[in-house]
Order: sequence, then C-alpha cells, then structure tokens
Amino acid sequence: MQIAITRLAAVLLLALPLGATALGAEPEAEHASPHYPLLNPKLESWSFAGPFGKYDPQQLQRGFQVYHEVCSSCHSLGMVAFRDLASTTGPHFSVDEVKALAAEATVADASVEGGTRPGRPYDYFPPAPPFPGAHPPDLSLIAKARAVKRGFPTFVFDMFTQYQEGGPDYVHSLLTGFQDPPADMTVPDGLYYNPYFISAPYLAMPPPLSDGLVAYAQNKDESADNDVPETVDQYSTDVTAFLMWAAEPHLVERKAMGLTVMVFLVLFACLVYYTKKKVWLAVPHEA
Amino acid sequence: MHEDHFPRYEPKTRFGRWFDDRLPATRLVYDSFVAYPVPRNLNYWYTFGAVLSVMLGVQILTGVVLAMHYVAHEAYAFESVEKIMRDINYGWLLRYLHSNGASMFFLAAYIHIFRGMYYGSYKAPREILWILGVIIFLLMMATAFMGYVLPWGQMSFWGATVITNLFTAIPLVGKTITTWLWGGFSVGGPTLNRFFSLHYLLPFMIAGVVVLHIWALHVAGQTNPTGIEVKSKQDVVPFTPHATIKDAFAIVIFMILFAWFVFYIPNFLGDADNSIKANPLQTPAHIVPEWYLLPFYAILRSIPNKLLGVCMMFGAIAVLFLLPWLDTSRIRSANYRPLYRQFFWIFIAVAIGLGYLGSQPPEGGYVIAARILTTYYFFHFLILLPLLGMFETPKPRPASIADSVLGAGGGAQPAGSAAAPETRG
Repeated sequence: MQIAITRLAAVLLLALPLGATALGAEPEAEHASPHYPLLNPKLESWSFAGPFGKYDPQQLQRGFQVYHEVCSSCHSLGMVAFRDLASTTGPHFSVDEVKALAAEATVADASVEGGTRPGRPYDYFPPAPPFPGAHPPDLSLIAKARAVKRGFPTFVFDMFTQYQEGGPDYVHSLLTGFQDPPADMTVPDGLYYNPYFISAPYLAMPPPLSDGLVAYAQNKDESADNDVPETVDQYSTDVTAFLMWAAEPHLVERKAMGLTVMVFLVLFACLVYYTKKKVWLAVPHEA
Repeated sequence: MHEDHFPRYEPKTRFGRWFDDRLPATRLVYDSFVAYPVPRNLNYWYTFGAVLSVMLGVQILTGVVLAMHYVAHEAYAFESVEKIMRDINYGWLLRYLHSNGASMFFLAAYIHIFRGMYYGSYKAPREILWILGVIIFLLMMATAFMGYVLPWGQMSFWGATVITNLFTAIPLVGKTITTWLWGGFSVGGPTLNRFFSLHYLLPFMIAGVVVLHIWALHVAGQTNPTGIEVKSKQDVVPFTPHATIKDAFAIVIFMILFAWFVFYIPNFLGDADNSIKANPLQTPAHIVPEWYLLPFYAILRSIPNKLLGVCMMFGAIAVLFLLPWLDTSRIRSANYRPLYRQFFWIFIAVAIGLGYLGSQPPEGGYVIAARILTTYYFFHFLILLPLLGMFETPKPRPASIADSVLGAGGGAQPAGSAAAPETRG
C-alpha cells in the first residue's frame, strides 16, 4: 500500500513538468509575447555535420563570393582576416588569390599618407559602409549566435545525434523564407515578412538574394561538370556554409582530433578494464 | 588515521629513512593512497570523487593557460576569447575543454551528491565530511557563475545583471551592497575585472577545501553500499591497486563522455546569445543560467516576492547543510530503507523537473509546476526525512560487509575479530 502510494506520487510529479509544457504552450493568445519564430527552421544536410563533417572548399569559395558581392554591402565580418581564406580546411584559396582579394579592399591605416591603403593578407575584413539607423549585425559569429529552441524531448536526442547545425539551418531558412504575409497581417512600412525570423514576424532586412544575382566564378570555366545552379536556394546554402566556417574555423581539425581521441580512449578503457578485472579477480566484491 | 589493515610506509633506502625522519611527505601519500583501506564492495557510484579531482585539475590547468591570453576588459574580453578560439594554437581546444569541463564537473558533482544521499553518506560520523562537500558545491557555483561572465557575451552580461541584482533584495543595505559588488552603478568593466580575479582565486579555495574533504574522509573511512561500518580486514582492500584501478577505469569512461561534448557538440550546453557581444542596451528575450544552476533558478522564480525568492534559493542549499540532522533514520543505506529508496528517486525526478522548469519562460503552467516542485523540494528535506526515520521499517541487513558479498556465514570472520564491536548505527 505504502509502495503503491509513493509510486503514484512519483508518476504524478514526473508528469507535472510535461503537463506544464502543454499548459504553457496551449493558450497562445493569452500570452503577452507570442512565440517566435512562427516557423521552425528547415533541416538541411550540411557537409560539416556529424562526426566526420568537413567543409567543402568549393562551397565556401562560392559562399565567400556571395558574402563579398551581396552581404558585405551592409554586414561586416570583423573577426575574419584575409589570411584565414587560405585555410586548407576552410575555403582553401591560394596564397596569390588571398593577396589579390586583400588588395581589392581598402583598409584604414593611420601610418600611411591619406590614412588608407590596399589590404594585405594579415588585415581583417574592413567594416561595412556606414548604415542609416540600427546597424546590421556583424556576421563573424552569426551562425553560432542564433538558435531556435528545440524543445523537449528533441534536445535530448540532439545530444546523441550530434545536431549542432541549428545556427546554419536558421540562417538558411531565414534567407530563403521571405514571402507574402498572410492576408490578415499588416506589415509596417520598411519591414519584410519572414516567418522564420527569430524575434518577430518581420524584419528590416529586405530579401537580399534573387535568382541569377551572383555569377559564380566556378561556373565560368570551360568544364560544365562543376556548374552549380544560380538560385536563391543555392546562394543561401553556400553563404550559410561560408558563415559557419567564419564562426567555427577550426571545426574540421576539431572533429578529426575527436576521432583520434575517441579511438585512443576506447582502446585505453579496454586495457584499464582488463587490468581492473585482473586486480579484483581474487576479491569477490559484489553482492 | 585509520586502522592498520595493511602495512604502512616503510622507507626502503637510507635516503628514504633520512628524508622520512625530516619530512614524512612520502609517508603521507603512501598511507593515504596506497595502504588506505577501502570497503571491498564499493560500486562505480563511488568513483566520482576521483573523477571530480581530475576535473578540478583539468579546469585549473586549462584555466591557467586561457588566462594567459584572456583580456579582462569590457572592450576586449569578447574579442580576446574569439582570438583564443581562432588564432591561439589549440586555443579552441583549451576553451572548449574549459567551458564543457565546467558542465562535466557539475555533472560529476551532482552524481557524487546524489550517491551520498542514496547511501546516507552524510550520517555520523561523517557530518563534517558532508558539510565540507556542500561548501565545495557552493564555491563551485560561485566560480562557475563568475567564469560564465568572463566571455562577456549577452548571456554573460545579463546573467550577471540578474544574479547580482538579487542582492538588492536585502532590506535597507541591498542597494549599497550591490553597488559595492558592481564597482559602479551597473554591471560593467569593474565588475568584469573583479569577477576575473575571483574566478582565478576560488578554484584554489576549492582545492583547499577538497584537501579538508579528503582528510575528513580518511578519518571516518568510506561508507559503502551496505552502510555498515568496516569491522575486520575481511571487509576491506588496500586503496592501491584496487580502488586506484577502478577509479582509473571510471575516469577514462568519463573522459569519453567529456570528449564527446568537447569534440562533437561543444556548443550544445552553451547559449547562442553568448556568441553576441554584451550590449547593456539590449536585453535578451530569455535570460537563462547554465543548466547546472537551473533548479535553483526555478526555485528563485517560483516565489512572487523577490526577497523571499532569494531566501528560498539560498535555503535550498542551506537545507543541505542540515541534512545529517534532518534525516532521523539510524539506517544509512537506501538499500535497506524501502520507503526512503522510493522517495529518493522521486526527489531526483523533482530536481530534474525543477531544472527543466528553470529553462522555460516564467509564465502560465510553468510557474504553477515550479511552485509545486519547489514545495516538494523543501517537503522532502524538512518533513519527509525527519518522519521517515521514525516510521519506516528497515529491511534486515547483513552482519558485515564481507557477509553481504560472500553470503551470510560465508564471510567466515577470523576468530577473535567478532570481538571488535565497532557498531555505529
């Protein structure tokens, strides 16, 4: 009887947080703040996901081109230096390409006449031009700085599936998510409806991409084998991958080292386990 | 310190004897970690003390190196951390080891604490041992909180604002104390500077209390799953090699878990808002502490009155200090306490439930649930534990540790040892 009562109490107490979830989520209208984003990010398949994930240098080079030709007119990328573009596990531009890309930029340097000079590989990406009103965010960390809550129990599974791509999924969904607002919604002037935006139904950024906007350098060579479509979806995927690299430039080294560490630890654990077994052989110790 | 079940240190060389006569340091280590007797029936839940020692070492080592590159200044802190992540050789590794190491440290500490609760490790004669543990837990929370402020991201800044603001709840002098803590009129550069200083200091205080904790442990001896004190040499094995190798195995397994987080999901336990530099003019939508503080945060927010909420939050830790006297049962181990055993698991569920609620916005059903669970948390310590000890009928216990392992009578005690009536509780 006593046992039955405690079991019942346990079940009730366990059910409580879950019941609270239902209660908390249900009466949407009663809340002062409705839940954003209106739609959860779409899940994409990224080359850098999973334990063996790697960046695709071709994709990062395309993504850099999209950033360079489109995003950089408003968004800076202040924590990335031109030299980083040569990273062999990143965009893997050649040294000469990096020098040329850096030289295209004008960087501030108080030590030279006129205060500016052409960029060199060790320079950081120059800030975006001045912007009227609230400044658009720097994109160096944007792929790690946005996350839509995954909720219970999904976040528990994420631990085992190694889902760490919430940021890129969000950025990609946002870039491809601009659309006409529902009929009953009035969008203020100068704002753009996007159900994937994390903190409101609309945002101040106009749809930045359109089909054919960027002519990929990769598509200009003779071979047609490596041509990629010049669509909003492709641009968005590429630039998101580039931004993920910008936010987490050592991801590939990290995962590669992780494999070595894991193999070592598992083998070492076996050795220690059998040593332990041998030591305890003569000592019965479990009831 | 403990009974001579196993031969103590004997210097084998002339230099060894000469040194031992002047400074018996080798003797101290040998007697504490080689000849020290541990119950033969310890299970893997008892290896977390060793895991925690290693984690403290990992945190101090990685932290000292990180501090060589970190800049404790409101204008540069965020950038300096990013510099570590991007440009310092293996800086990303050090930083991810340190940030995930904090979570692993708490995970191990919670298992260690719950193990103590399950097996009644806090009961006489181990009250001081337990209290020292709770002091370490408090110091850990302070250290972790201040460490979380250092990267100077949005959640660092606003977390610090919320928590330091708690002190304004103190009547009369609250505002003055808070201004003094901040070194200004809000969280800012001076706050960051002093938090860095304290974040570097506190781990060494933890290490000091850990020494006391282990000292107290070696005076009273370890508990074990039966809760019966060691009675004869049959009950124990020498620390080395038996406990050493078992601890080593547990540590390696724990390192696999640690590596899983560091190398594959290093940002899983972090908050995306901390990748945004601190901005005093923009409050994040939800301010949440790190996962290991969530149950206490849930208790804080479940009380509508600020001062009372703060009192309850600190009270949730204060009851832990009183635990040895709140639990009135003579029986240590939950293995022989049929009712307590069930309430223990309910308590675990309540603690996890509070953690979940702490991560949710404080509205609607979440608040109601948090209030019920907060009430239960205190009910468990203040009402249930005192009463259970009086009304619960314990299950029959084996006569000794050896008996529990070898079966009654199988642990044929050496003649004469039965006359060692070390029966405590």
